[in-house]
Amino acid sequence: MDRTRELMMRALDDEISASENMELQAMLNANEQLRAEWESLTQVKRTTADLELAKPPDELWEEYMDSVYRRVERGIGWILLSVGAVVVFSYALWQLVRELIGDAMIPWYVKGGAVALLVGIVILAVSVIREKYFVFKDDPYRDVHR
Amino acid sequence: MHVSRDGTECCQRSDEFELLLRARRGDRSAFGTLITRYMRRAYYVALGLVGSHDDAQDLSQEAFARVYRNHESLDPEKSFYGLLYQVLRRLCFNHLRDAKTRKSRLEEKAHWLTDEARDRAALSDPVKRSEWSELKTKMGKAIEALSEHEREVLVLKEFDGLKYREIGELLEIPIGTVMSRLYSARKALATLLEEIH
Repeated sequence: MDRTRELMMRALDDEISASENMELQAMLNANEQLRAEWESLTQVKRTTADLELAKPPDELWEEYMDSVYRRVERGIGWILLSVGAVVVFSYALWQLVRELIGDAMIPWYVKGGAVALLVGIVILAVSVIREKYFVFKDDPYRDVHR
Repeated sequence: MHVSRDGTECCQRSDEFELLLRARRGDRSAFGTLITRYMRRAYYVALGLVGSHDDAQDLSQEAFARVYRNHESLDPEKSFYGLLYQVLRRLCFNHLRDAKTRKSRLEEKAHWLTDEARDRAALSDPVKRSEWSELKTKMGKAIEALSEHEREVLVLKEFDGLKYREIGELLEIPIGTVMSRLYSARKALATLLEEIH
């Protein structure tokens, strides 16, 4: 950004020294276009300075902290639910595969398919869990995508 | 919503060091103190970034929750708000990029801005009230139309009251970049004001 615009910003935001202010005034006095730009930026500053962020109801602050902790607890709840679902589903699947393998009437390729299904699910589950573990361990905020 | 700095900053810093040490060990009351200290600031910055009360509440609380879940990695030597803000800004930007958010934003009016002083002054004059209401809505929409980086520095400067150096430290960018983004943001808003008047 050029020197003039830098000084304009500093002047608008009251972060300008006396000597820099004199430098800016000299630039503005010498250039009509710059003066027009300065006027429009000043108008923007005046308008935005009049604006405020709307206040929420007071009840929000009373409940805010509890809401944060409820979120943390819900996260733990989801983890337990997921682990439980994986365990139960895995057991049911294992029992099903055992039934299939033990049944002499079932063709061999169906039994092979059932075993492949079970092994594939286990491999995928372990892979995902391992990835999530290392991501969680090393960078807790990587799941927040850019 | 503006955090006091001069005079109390030194005491707050050593106090925060102790709080962060305790919070890192899992002390909920210490973390609760940090929440109470920074919840308004986090909420208002999120409101400025996303333009919705419900979303600002949701995102700011989620930011605290994520920091709390990883309390063991809190560093007492560093600013808690700096860490919190990094999580918050990413949540807000992800939220803004979400397609559903973009669609609903087009349909909303900018109720996240106000000016109580001007609102009171305009109360008795319906024409002025209407004009000011329209200007506020258009300014709000213009701010929402800024790029996320331009909007961010504008919010931090105009609504959070930070100095250039503080914005630069928070965003980890040079002061020149802060001023450059501010300039772009204000030029865009200046174009809008010229169209209105």
